[in-house]
This record gives sequence, structure tokens and C-alpha cells, in this order.
Amino acid sequence: MKFAVLVFPGSNCDVDMYHAIKDELGEEVEYVWHDATDLSEFDGVLVPGGFSYGDYLRCGAMANQSNVMAEVKKFAEAGKPVLGVCNGFQILTEAGLLPGALLRNKNLKFMCRTVELKVENNDTLFTHQYEAGQIINVPIAHGEGNYFCDDQTLAELKANNQIVFTYSGENPNGSLEDIAGIINERGNVLGMMPHPERAVDTLLGSDDGLKVFKSIVKMWRESHVS
Amino acid sequence: MTKVKIYVTLRESVLDPQGSAVQGSLVKMGYNEVQDIRIGKYLEVVIGDTERDLDSLVKEMCEKLLANTVIEDYRYEVEEAN
Amino acid sequence: MSVSLEPTKEQIKEQKLYASMGMSDEEFAMVEGILGRLPNWTETGLFSVMWSEHCSYKNSKPVLRKFPTKGPQVLQGPGEGAGIVDIGDEQAVVFKMESHNHPSAIEPYQGAATGVGGIIRDVFSMGARPIAMLNSLRFGELQTKRGKYLFEEVVAGIAGYGNCIGIPTVGGEIQFDPCYEGNPLVNAMCVGLIDHKDIQRGIAAGVGNTVMYVGAKTGRDGIHGATFASEELSEASEEKRPAVQVGDPFMEKLLLEACLEVVKSDALVGIQDMGAAGLTSSSAEMASKAGSGVEMNLNLVPQRETGMTAYEMMLSESQERMLLVVKKGREDEIKVIFEKYGLDAVAIGRVTDDKMLRLLHKGEVVAEVPADALAEDAPVYNKPSQEPAYFAEFQAIENSEPEVVNYKDTLLGLLQAPTIASKEWVYDQYDYQVRTNTIVAPGSDAAVLRVRGTNKGLAMTTDCNSRYIFLDPEMGGKIAVAEAARNIVASGGRPLAITDCLNFGNPEKPEIFWQIEKSADGISAACTALNAPVIGGNVSLYNERSGEAVYPTPTIGMVGLVEDLAHVTTQQVKAAGDVVYLVGETATEFGGSELQKLVYGKIFGKAPYIDLEVEASRQESILTAIREGLLQSAHDVSEGGVAVALAEKAFGAAGLGIDVTLEGSAVTALFSETQSRFVVTVKEENAAAFEKVIPDAKKIGIVTADANITINGDTGVLLEGTVEEFRSAWKGAIPCLVKSEA
Repeated sequence: MKFAVLVFPGSNCDVDMYHAIKDELGEEVEYVWHDATDLSEFDGVLVPGGFSYGDYLRCGAMANQSNVMAEVKKFAEAGKPVLGVCNGFQILTEAGLLPGALLRNKNLKFMCRTVELKVENNDTLFTHQYEAGQIINVPIAHGEGNYFCDDQTLAELKANNQIVFTYSGENPNGSLEDIAGIINERGNVLGMMPHPERAVDTLLGSDDGLKVFKSIVKMWRESHVS
Repeated sequence: MTKVKIYVTLRESVLDPQGSAVQGSLVKMGYNEVQDIRIGKYLEVVIGDTERDLDSLVKEMCEKLLANTVIEDYRYEVEEAN
Repeated sequence: MSVSLEPTKEQIKEQKLYASMGMSDEEFAMVEGILGRLPNWTETGLFSVMWSEHCSYKNSKPVLRKFPTKGPQVLQGPGEGAGIVDIGDEQAVVFKMESHNHPSAIEPYQGAATGVGGIIRDVFSMGARPIAMLNSLRFGELQTKRGKYLFEEVVAGIAGYGNCIGIPTVGGEIQFDPCYEGNPLVNAMCVGLIDHKDIQRGIAAGVGNTVMYVGAKTGRDGIHGATFASEELSEASEEKRPAVQVGDPFMEKLLLEACLEVVKSDALVGIQDMGAAGLTSSSAEMASKAGSGVEMNLNLVPQRETGMTAYEMMLSESQERMLLVVKKGREDEIKVIFEKYGLDAVAIGRVTDDKMLRLLHKGEVVAEVPADALAEDAPVYNKPSQEPAYFAEFQAIENSEPEVVNYKDTLLGLLQAPTIASKEWVYDQYDYQVRTNTIVAPGSDAAVLRVRGTNKGLAMTTDCNSRYIFLDPEMGGKIAVAEAARNIVASGGRPLAITDCLNFGNPEKPEIFWQIEKSADGISAACTALNAPVIGGNVSLYNERSGEAVYPTPTIGMVGLVEDLAHVTTQQVKAAGDVVYLVGETATEFGGSELQKLVYGKIFGKAPYIDLEVEASRQESILTAIREGLLQSAHDVSEGGVAVALAEKAFGAAGLGIDVTLEGSAVTALFSETQSRFVVTVKEENAAAFEKVIPDAKKIGIVTADANITINGDTGVLLEGTVEEFRSAWKGAIPCLVKSEA
């Protein structure tokens, strides 16, 4: 399986995403610069964290205007997997690929710590390797991770089982319904604030994030058996 | 040239933690009259000669980039500059 | 136009206008002698900024010469953007620490942010990939509104810049003392990694080669920042706000990536950051180091504002800019790389053979001065030094124990002292994991990062107990280096080298200069004893507010090599049943201690004594024990003594506690700050082997499964409580101080 790690000016978790795929999963992966106009050679797109365009106007807003995002939209429409983490999640909401928006953390401060997440939905292409309701340890590192959407959208998210991860301990950022990650209705675009790519090696504290990537790869393999 | 003053604010229904914090500080300082604070962004956009209708141009820029209408409202004022 | 407002050469001399730029009469006469004529306004500016203490070290050079700077591991000592140390496998570690004290006192968020940005540029201008940041900070005791504001904003500024650029902030230390109330210290350290073949130098070599300007445009910000840093702060300093620049971490991220691509190109000859004194220092130093000259046409400098004069462009300290020297004819290769990142890369001049820095503006030569005179030939002053009266008084005081009524309350009080209290409130705001190499995150003795692709790690720390240094600068200087090394060793690393930030008061006061000299003696002795030479750093003098100097604070930043990641050791206890050992003898030493400050509200007496031979051999034996796989945890004993060290060991480990018995006088056993001590835990089956490696280690107790801390003395229980009770006091102290009303 071949992954694209998008790189916007100001992305900084691109390296972590790349190494998680290459070193821990042994799958193919390439960096793709923001002005790229073709994603056809890839089987999965990873939108990494960081501060694209300095997050200067609004997190993810300017990145959404780049060439590659038009391609990501087509990629998602074709049903292929797209994972956005942290700033990547913010970009996907700005792009309209996921509903809602991310506001500043309740305490107005950037926070970096490992949190407990609950796998609310393990019936997705990103989470089928987890147990339902499993509690996992994954780091967060963000200043604007406070998920917001209107009541109607929230009702839809719930009705369609689109809430994939919630904070199971203390809610660090004030997000609605403790939401940490959501999936689109079709089930092929996941956005999450916590960083699974930082939790792929017990040497660094946790490997609980690895199954997100393993889930994607396993699903791809099963659907590409010749 | 035309100067357009654009104001982007969080929508009424969206919590504004920054505004709440500033309000709290002002009340603590004794300004008990302060009922609410909403913090937003103010942009000055200078627009050169254009064929396009100014209103539709500004609205388009706001909706495509300058404001995220999921959480933000915008309004603007047009000021003729020389 | 401001050009016409510039004073004439005669006016500069007759009205002594140079004095407003911080230049003395003697120095102005020297400039006149060097040029053989009167300098114009621009030239006067060039000399004044390059001869400021901040750029020339004119007052501190005689002291800096004392430092040991050589060793087989040292690839680059002081004199370049940052020092470089070999770590094997054709790789090297690059690091440096720098102060941004004055700007942070005036505008704490931007002052701290641009401090971080500046030190990062120093590291990537060597061709290295920055991999970690550390910060050594000093504030007042968080009792005033202003003090809290400074603390919160400095932390936010460090976080804002470091998080955005994507370099993990992995460690450092913070000390709180009333002496820093008006003049906080903000020292930022950056660590980078490089392959030997990529090492760059800041040289303008090769006559005819092209001088290129890259990065952000030049504005009027920060003009005379270096001069400002060489003056005492006063109430009037607030009015100098324009001297503070605004950082743009996004711009620097692009500059960083572009520069690291450029260093792979053989079209590049030299590269240097435009830091303090901006375009002036980078061009003059690059020419001087290469023994060449540089001619620049200032019309070509990318400008953010209109109508800028030569003086303003040369002295601007706009951030996120670099100066490159590129092989003639290959400029386009460089431009292409910067264009990819949307950055300016403009040829603004060329390398000449006449050793002059020549500036053209609007078709005229606006300055023409020898590059060496600016960079190398700044005057050096041997300032008078005098032992302050307090020193003899303190030395005459016999060591004694402060009076303690209740041991448990005292331990709780120490754990809540902001210097000892948990800094989680701070590091929670720093992204310490980005780039996924952080093995030991903030909160242990030293941070440890893996070197990707190898089985090695880098341990890093900063340290300086300025209270000891105030009481006894030489002893305190030794302790600062020794404690940094202890942190490295306890984490499983061997010290490689240090960088330092020498923060002192006004060197024109003989008592202050004595502090500088003596602490440098102490640092030098310890660096030699512990085989950790000085590879760079900076000097920040005039740290005074309204005539009151800060404590002498020569901050030490140290990096060590962990040869095998299996050696990585943390301070927290690991398993019930493990044996707790105290390594090192304890004496009654409370001068400058946290307990003394807690009980008396002030410090006095002798600093703790340190024997560097004992220190070196003890560190060696701890390292041996770690390498033989005998230690479950290791922690050095520092502020607050053994009681605090034990409590800290218990805090990170869920469900575990500690039960120990200490011999001797209780107050000394619990709280003395005697040097060269460690508390370690060892699996029971390894106890015998451990005792062979360190025969004089004292078995003091065991790790328990009950989450209690119990410390017994000769006559029974001295203190006991749940780990949670101590932990919440320790963890809650700083958030509580920040939130409380001033």
C-alpha cells in the first residue's frame, strides 16, 4: 500500500507520519508538496499536523486553498482513505470533508500531554483493529482542538455513528461531547486531534496509535486480494 | 483604489473562550457593567481597479477564505480611498 | 527624508552624538584613528553596535579566555554560530545557548519568542537540523502582577515560537527568586544534529563570489538591539519598546527548510545568521573570518518599509534573515531553492580582496571601514575586580541547621516552593514530542532523544543554582557544571561538552566583575575535571534594574551521549521491592539552600562544598552501574535535599511508595544540599552486584506497593504521608501561584 504524506508550508508532523508508515509498518510512503496536482499513484492520504501557513488566519484555512486539496477532495470522493491529524483534521473541516470546526482550547493554552481515548466506533476502516470501547493512550499537542458543530450536525454524527474517538478521562480542550475524532458519513475520511503517529513505539511511551494505520493497511489488502 | 474594512466574529451560538477570559478580567478590575465580550478579527483589504461587482467580490473572498461560516459571521464597510 | 536629518561628521564628534549609541570618548577616538578620518553617521553606527558588549565581548573576553575549549570530541569551539561535538558514525551534535533577557523584560512574549528564533538560526546556519530546544528561565517569586505576567508571557512566547516551527522543547529549568523580579532571565538553548560532511562556516571566501540576502524583508525593527542589551534596565527602558522585534516562526520554518536544502549544494561557500546587529555583524564577521572584504549595494536589500537609510538597514534586527556567500555564477541554483519556499534570495554584493566592508546606497559609498576593525579589533577591557564585603562575612558563618518544627510540613513547604514545584504547568504548553524522538520527556533529570537510525541517544539539560554562586561564585560555578553533568549521568549519558550563558550585573562595578571572574574559574575547573569543554555560548551583562543586580547566573547547558538506548534511565521508581540506595556522604550544608530560604526568607553563609575529584569518580561509578544494567532509577540530590529527591522519585510511579531510614541529625539528613549525591533504586537480585560497583552506597530502604512516603530517622518516623498528598502540593503550587490575586 502506498501512502502520501501531504506537506504544506508550516507542516511539522509530516516527518512523524512518514516514519510511522515506513519504519513501523514497512509500507510505501512519499512526501507530497502542497502544489501537487495528481494523487492517482497513492492508495491513502495522510494530512499531518503542524502549523500550515503559520495558522495565521485560521487553522487550516489557507492550506485548504492549495492545489493538492482539490485532489484530496477527488480522492475522498473516490472512496479512498484520508486521515487528518491535528492540523490535518482542521484542514479537513475547512475543506468541508468533515463537518464542524475546531475552536481554541477552553483554557486558551496550547497543551501537550498523553490522554486516554475511548474507541467509540471500531467498525471503521481506521479502527477495526481495536476492541469496541477500548481505552488507548495517545498524545495530544494542540492549541485549537475544541471541536464544535451545531445541534443538527451533532445529531447526525450520533445517528450515523460518526464519532470515532472521545476523550475518556478529563476533556482537555472543551470539545463538544468529548469528541476527539470523527469520520465522514461514507466512512473513508477520519479527522482526529490526538496524534496516533506519535504513539507507534513503546520506546516513546505508547504504541496504542499503531492500530489506526494497521487497520487502514489491512482493509486495503483485503480489498485488493487478486 | 477602494479600502474595504472586514469584521469577522464568532457566531452568536459559538462559545468564545478568549472573550470570556477578557470579560472576566474586566469584571475583576471592577468594570461590573461589562455584560459580554466577543473577540473577532478586523481586516483592511485594499482593492485596486476591478471589473467585478465589489459586493460580490468581497462576499466571495469572505466565504472562501477570510471567514469560516461554520463558526464565524462577517460584515464589511466600503471606504473610498484615493 | 530622514537621510537629510542625519548629523554631519563634525556634529557627531563635537556634540558627542556617539555617546547616545553607547560609545565612549576613547572608543570614538580609536575609530577616528583606524579610519584616519572622522566616521560618518552610518559608520559610527557600525562601530558602536559591533563594539557593544553584546557583539564584541569587550568586557568579558579576558574571562572567556580561561575556559577550556578543546578536546578530542570538539569539532568546532567558540567563534561560529554554534559549537560542534563528534558523536561517532560521522555524525555530530551542534548546540548553543543564548540570552534574550532585556527584550523579554520589555515585551516578554516577543522577547522570548525571538530569543528562541535566534538560537535556532545559529544552529541551522551551521548546516544542522535542529532537534530540540531547552530553556533556562529566572523570574521573581510570582508574588506580583507584573511578575506573573512576565512568567506567563515568556512561557507563551517560547511555546508560540517553538511549537509552530516544530522543534520539540524538551527541557530546561526555572528558578524563582526576588532578585529577578525586575530583570527576568530568558536563556534559550538549541540542539541540532549534523553529518560531518554538511558542516558549514560563516565565511565570505573567494574574491568575486556573490553575497546573497535570504529570508524576511528588512524593516526598522530592533535598531540598536545589541546596544540596548548592553545597558542597565530602568523605568525609561519601557520607552525603548521599538527595539523589540516581532518573531515569525512560520517564516523561520520555511527559512530553516530552505537553508538545510541549500547546505547540500556545493554552490554555497558560507552562511551566517543575521542576529544581533543584523546585516552589519553577519557581513563584517564573514569577511573578517575569511580575511576578505565585502561590498554590498543596499539598494538591493529587500525592504519592508519605505525610505530606509543605510544606517537603518545596517542596524536593523529584523528577524528570520540569513546572509549567504555563493559561488559566482551559481546564484540561480540557490534562488530556485528559496523560491520553492516563497522566500526572497537576492544578490546584494560580492566578496572583495581589500578587507573592507564597503556599503553603497543610492549610487554613493555610504560607509567604508576595515572589516577586521569591526569584528576583531574591538577594544578589550580588563575591568577592575574587587571581592565584595559580603563574601568574607558569609565565609565566616559556620554551617548550622535551620530550625525545623515539623518535618512533614517542611517537606510540603519545600515541594511548594516554585523552584522545586512541578513545572508541568509550563511544559504542558510546549510540544515536547514533535519529530517523535523524545524518549525522556520533561520531568526527569535530563531529557533524552534518540538519534534516529542508530541505537544512540542524546541527553541534555540546563542548570545553574545562582544562590550558591552569589554566596561563593567559584564554588557555585563548579556546582553548576557538576550538577548539569549529574543530570546527564543519572539519565545514562556521558557528558560531551557545555554551552553557557553568562548572566551578570554591570561589569563596571568591581564587585560584579569579581563575580564574573570567580564563577568562570569555577566553571573552568569543573569542565576540566569532568571532561566537558566549553564550545560556545554568550554573555549577558548589565542585568540590573534600578541599580540592583541579579544574582550571578552563569547558566550551563550540557549535552551528553547515551551510547546505547538500553542505558536510558529515569528518576522515577519502577517496582515494589526494589532497594533504595543513597550514594554520597551528607554534611550539614544549608547556605543558599531552599530550606534556608524557606525558614529565614533570605540566604547567607557558605555555599555547599564540592570536591571535583569525588564528583568525577562518583559520576563514573554511577555510569558504570547504569551500563551494567544495575539501576532501575537514578536521581541526583539537589535543591531541598534527600527528602525532596525521594518524593520526586515517587511522583511519577503509579501505586508505588518509598520507605527509608536516614541516619544522623534529621534536618541534615532530610534537607541538606550537600553535593555529589544520588538516590538510586536497584532490583533486589542486583543488590550485591551494585554494592560491588559502588561499595560506599548506603542502603536506606525499599520501594513499596502502598503509595506512601515514609522517612524514618534514628529515633523513629520523621515524616509520612500518601504520595498523593505530597504530589498534589508539588503539582498544584505553580498553577495556584499563577491564578492567585497579586
